[in-house]
Amino acid sequence: MRIEKHPILSFTEKKDIPFTFEGQEVMGKEGDTIASALINLGITTFSHSIVLDRPRGFYCAIGNCSSCQMTVNNRPNVKTCITTLEPNMEVFVQKDKGVFK
Amino acid sequence: MIQTDVLVIGGGPSGLCAAQLLIESGFKVILVDRSPVLGGQLVKQTHKFFGSKEQHAKTRGFDIANLLIDPLLNHPDLEIWTGATVLGLYPDLVATINQNEQYHKIQAQAIVVASGASEKFLAFENNDLPGVYGAGAVQTLMNQYGVRPADKIVMVGSGNIGLIVSYQCLQAGIQVQAIVEAAPQIGGYKVHASKLARLGVPIYTQKTVKKAIGKDKVEACEIVSLDDQFKEIPGTSEVIETDGICISVGLSPSYQLLDMIDAKLGYVPELGGTIPLIDDNYMTSVNHVFACGDGVGIEEASAAMMEGYLTGLAVARHLNQPHPENEQLMKQYTNALNTLREGPFGYKTNVGIEKMKELIRRA
Amino acid sequence: MLNKIGVANKDLVLSRFFDEKTLVKPKAILECYEEIPCNPCSTSCPFDAIHIGENINKKPELDVDKCVGCGICITSCPGLAITVVSIKGEKAIFKIPYEMNPKPVKGDIVSGVNRHGEVICDVEVVRVDGHQRHDRTVILDVAVPLIYLHDFITVRV
Repeated sequence: MRIEKHPILSFTEKKDIPFTFEGQEVMGKEGDTIASALINLGITTFSHSIVLDRPRGFYCAIGNCSSCQMTVNNRPNVKTCITTLEPNMEVFVQKDKGVFK
Repeated sequence: MIQTDVLVIGGGPSGLCAAQLLIESGFKVILVDRSPVLGGQLVKQTHKFFGSKEQHAKTRGFDIANLLIDPLLNHPDLEIWTGATVLGLYPDLVATINQNEQYHKIQAQAIVVASGASEKFLAFENNDLPGVYGAGAVQTLMNQYGVRPADKIVMVGSGNIGLIVSYQCLQAGIQVQAIVEAAPQIGGYKVHASKLARLGVPIYTQKTVKKAIGKDKVEACEIVSLDDQFKEIPGTSEVIETDGICISVGLSPSYQLLDMIDAKLGYVPELGGTIPLIDDNYMTSVNHVFACGDGVGIEEASAAMMEGYLTGLAVARHLNQPHPENEQLMKQYTNALNTLREGPFGYKTNVGIEKMKELIRRA
Repeated sequence: MLNKIGVANKDLVLSRFFDEKTLVKPKAILECYEEIPCNPCSTSCPFDAIHIGENINKKPELDVDKCVGCGICITSCPGLAITVVSIKGEKAIFKIPYEMNPKPVKGDIVSGVNRHGEVICDVEVVRVDGHQRHDRTVILDVAVPLIYLHDFITVRV
């Protein structure tokens, strides 16, 4: 849900950045963080809680709360809210505590 | 090991102002921030700021960020590291940093910790459901990334952040179903509340969120009325359809780096919670380590800027190379800070500062 | 009421208004009812008509004789709390700050809204001033039926 017109801010057209989410090819925009690109796509579940398997999403947006951690390019526990989106990143919903293979 | 004169941790308003006066005093400074851009929370503020000319009143927050950042760019004595997270702080004045998966160590003669604050959270049923956001997070998504995280929100908390973000949601095309405030009166500036009331947003006092409702994400929220003791009044439950619940119940100073070097901390609720104890020169109990901004007490950006300037001046004096206009600027910024705190909205801060001083006396 | 729902009651509003004779010329209505550290309205007024003083927490006072209704204070106020009003026959001409989309254009008939956010009448947009110096706040000149002089506060497009 991109904001197109805003009374104060100007959002210029930015370059598309292709990446994959759970194996599916999706698009973000230049300047996005991984989290903002996912939220724009309507994705709200970023991980599951370890014991009760409850869906977990995004909370603070500035790298404090660790709610948004996902597995990116095989690396777990990436704070997606402060990680800039790069082309062809492979983003997965984190399923456990995260093990760096 | 990288050596420098002063390391400033945090590139928000207080860090930027401290760095400004330090380079004017002739020091070599490294400024680090974990975000991809400098400016701290200012970059998301689309509204015009309050205060006086000194704090850039009537200028929009993101423009103030540029006003503070521009003089620092390309300055020969300042190195700016963005996307750089400080992992640890050590008693020998070393900070370890992760930038782009590279590990660095910086040692300085003095360190300024301007790490800002973090959104508080609220305990209620299902508060972990996706769709429960910090109000600042919604602001970041809308104003920094141009993304609407929801079509409708319920805002919990009527302090300045809750009121400002609600207004910004309307500007971004997000409907604000209601603002709920547990206390008997609106917490923030009434001009913010008036802007919202005239735009048709209902503001309810003595109400709070009881439960987030939804399967994998927020679909509705239950609010209840509270009595004067903040206890739920039975039978007052109401369900509001929404896809976002914004929590705006205050900020907590981010003191954690200072805890790593055993800086003395104290709990002062008026300043936001646990804070580092600082003296009149913004120095913590650890020699050569200073702290300013929201990290020492929750206030407005206008106060953070003044504190940043005063801390820059103090560090320069501490390192025996005072700013060429030290006397005049100290007086100017101290007066400005006192004026900001003179009115009813400064009362709480002043009480908090007194409490902190008492904790220092007893320590 | 201001502290509970963000709406100033009639007495507060009237305390900032002027009589109909005075409003033959445009005058600023400073709806700043609370002490907050803020003074750009005062420092921006080229006619020195808004007084706050050294303690910037004090509420602004308008020197109505000095005020010419230029409207510079409208877009200087970070709280969007200032309007300028004058009376022309059966209409009150309001200059109001506007920061929403969609923006109306000259000639549009839009809804006039009171401080509670309730639609009270139709109003005509007679001028739209989106000059760069206002820093993205648009000033709308709006013709409001005089009977709503103390009720009208903004428009809904």
